[in-house]
Parts: sequence; structure tokens; C-alpha cells
Amino acid sequence: MQMYGDHSLPGRLFIVEGIDGSGKSTQLSLLQQWLKREGYMVFFSEWNSSPLIKDTTRRGKIKHMLTPTTFSLIHATDLADRIERHIIPPLKAGAIVLADRYIYTAFARDVVRGVSPPWVRDLYRFAVRPTIAFYFRVPLEISLRRILGARAGLKYYEAGMDLDLSEDIEDSFRLFQSRIRDQYERMVEEFGLTVIDATRPIEEQQYEVRALVERELRDVPKRPNGFGREED
Amino acid sequence: MSTGSDRHGFEFYGEGLRGVDLNELRGRLIVIEGTDGVGRSTQVAMLKPWLEQNGHAVLDTGMTRSALAGKGIKQAKEGHTLGPITLTLFYATDFADRLENEMIPALRAGFIVLTDRYIYSLIARAIVRGADPEWIKSAYGLALKPDAIFYLRARVPDLIPRVLRQPVGFDYWESGMDLHLGQDRFDSFLEYQTRMIAVFDSMVEQYGFEVIDASNPIDWIYRDLQRRIGRLLRES
Repeated sequence: MQMYGDHSLPGRLFIVEGIDGSGKSTQLSLLQQWLKREGYMVFFSEWNSSPLIKDTTRRGKIKHMLTPTTFSLIHATDLADRIERHIIPPLKAGAIVLADRYIYTAFARDVVRGVSPPWVRDLYRFAVRPTIAFYFRVPLEISLRRILGARAGLKYYEAGMDLDLSEDIEDSFRLFQSRIRDQYERMVEEFGLTVIDATRPIEEQQYEVRALVERELRDVPKRPNGFGREED
Repeated sequence: MSTGSDRHGFEFYGEGLRGVDLNELRGRLIVIEGTDGVGRSTQVAMLKPWLEQNGHAVLDTGMTRSALAGKGIKQAKEGHTLGPITLTLFYATDFADRLENEMIPALRAGFIVLTDRYIYSLIARAIVRGADPEWIKSAYGLALKPDAIFYLRARVPDLIPRVLRQPVGFDYWESGMDLHLGQDRFDSFLEYQTRMIAVFDSMVEQYGFEVIDASNPIDWIYRDLQRRIGRLLRES
């Protein structure tokens, strides 16, 4: 069982982070399409998506039975399953793994919920260190406008309602997002996150992301001609 | 006997849990530990009514009994596809849910918490599966130090008759089949349980286990536990 930073795997791991509405998922999806077109083997993994853990997380969330500690542990369990099942094997195979949210999401959210910062950092030491961790930095007002304008109905934990910040779910969401953003800002230096200015046009951001990724792709194998090609 | 308010004071192993005032915890935390098939649950089932007859309120708990994660772990284990890190953290989730929602409230109310296994089985399982001991200990830094840890120690040959008494025989996980240690469940069981006992033995001093020889008759072990627990309750 190897710990953070100990892995030496032939593949590459690129992850995106940022508050809700920072546009990170859009950027990751554009990156994925480009990498596939370039002929790389690409594997995509999304936060909180392990089928094995899903029912437990859902039970905890629907019944509002999660404490900051169990919230933290159940998400760590989810990532552990995805790392053991979906991230390490493709990396061993020399593939490029893309992850929408990673351990920094957990650090930000859990610490805002009052979990001890060293404890949660230690907890995630099993995670593979990303080749590049992109942080899409956006002012709170812009992200809130994107999210609150586009979506009906915020969920209880998503809005940080368990923190008792406000009785109003939108207010609570604003306050929660602002605290999460503060945590991201603190982590930029601690973990060497690569900051992307997410207020710029989508195309410009993507150009910068691709240029940074491309530099890391020397020696990464492409799939043999005709094998594993998807319908374009 | 009284589990009164002249409390000795609980401590956490590490970082602990935020928002828990240790001075409020008035009960006692008693742990029965040991590898699979040493007779832990038999002892808990006898100790609980005995303590209750003596006027103590008792909460008994054990692995995978949490409202949050118990069912999920059982389902996931049926599929035999849990990786070692995932298994370790899933158990930690189950433990934390029971600690925060069952054990600590019971201790606050002055109960005796009698737990069939605690963090030591979980640490041992993780270490046998190659986890970094410092990592797993840090994760379980949220746990309370118990008042007593009774380690029912068996040798591997003692375990086999007990395993064969259960309808499933050699269970997949109790045989450590995920570790690919032997050709079949019996070979794997021998190797896995040998390793588990070695890790348990290495924890005796570190955590202050009271060792009880589990090859003794059930009634002998029961009387020994009664004596030790009686002494613990009188001391406090």
C-alpha cells in the first residue's frame, strides 16, 4: 500500500479543483476531448462516484446523519475505492487519468466543517499525487451568479446547511462557498496548485491548460492504431 | 458499585473529535478484542446481563453495526471486490459513526460501553494488508482510549474447531482470501490468522492489552473477565 508521492507510475494524473461554478468541469471535458483526439488513452473519474460506497453516502445525506467526521471518512472511502479501482490501474497502463475534484475538495470542505486540517491531510495520504492540480480561481460573485442562476434547488450538504450558517439555503450556500474559497486560496502554496484565472474566456483558459498538459506528455504512449478508438 | 462522577478523565489517542467535552464522559469504555473465532461475542453476551443485574446500564456495540455504514460494508464485502485501503476507510466510517452517535452519548449518560472489537482489529487488518501503521494510527486518532482492553489470545489451531461450527465454514474475509496467501481457504486462513495474531501480539504493550488465554473453557474466561471488570469498577 503506497502513500502520497510514493507512486511512480507511467501514466499521468490531471485534476481540476475550484468552487462550484468556477467552470472547472467544462475545462476538463474540453481537455478530455482533445487528449482523445490526440490518440491518448484517457480515463475519467468523478468525485463521489464509487458504486460501492454510493448507497451509504446517499443514506447519510438523505437522513442528514453525517457528522463532519463521518462526512470526511465516507468521502475518503469513496476516493479510496476509485483510486484502487479506477485510477491506479489505468496509470499503471500508461493512461491519462482525469479527475473532476480530488483530495483538495475534501481538505477544503472538511476543514470548513471543523475537521482538523492535519488529520484530514493524513487521512488522504493514500492518494496518488497528481501530475498537475489545476485550481480555477474565480471571484465568489461570478460563481454564485452562474450557480444560482442556472440551478433550481440546492441540496442540504451542498449548501453547507449542516453548519448552521444561515436558515436560508441560498445564504448558507454563499457563506459556505466563500469559506471554501478561502481554503483553496490557502492551499495554492501548500500543494503547489496551478492557478488558472477562470474569469477569462473559456477558449483562453483551455489554451493555457492544454499547453501546460502538453509539456507533461513526453513518453506517454498513444493507443495503437485502430485499437480502443471511440466513435468520434 | 457506582460509576459515579469522580471521573478519571478520558483521553483521545490523537487529534480526537472536535466538539466533544471529555469531562462530560462519565461512563466506562471496556473493549473485548481478539482475532476471529476466539469467543468475544459469547463473552459480551454473558457480561452484559451480569453488569445489568448489578445495576449498570450497558451499551454493547461491535463492528459493522452502524446505522450509517453497516449495511454498505456488508453488501460491499459480499462482492469480494473491496481494495485494502477502501476496506480500511469503510470500517473507519462505521467506527466513527458508532463512536459519535452511540458510544460517546452513552458514556455521557454514564453507561458502561462494552464493545466487541475496537480500533485494534481494524488497525491489525490494515497492517496485515500492507498499510502504513502511522497512517492508520493517525486516522484512528479520533478514538477514545478505553478503560480496559481485554485481548482474548488464541493460537491458530484453537480457532479451527470454532470456525467449523459456523455454517459458512471458512469465510472469505476471515481467511484473508483477498490477500492471495494460499491455495484454498484453509491454507489462506492459517497464514492470515497467524499474521493477525502476530500483529495483535505486537500491540499488547503499546496499547496496554490485558491478555487472556482464549484456549481456556468459556466459563473460566467469563469468571476471569468478571473479576477484572469488577476490580475496574470498584477502583473508579
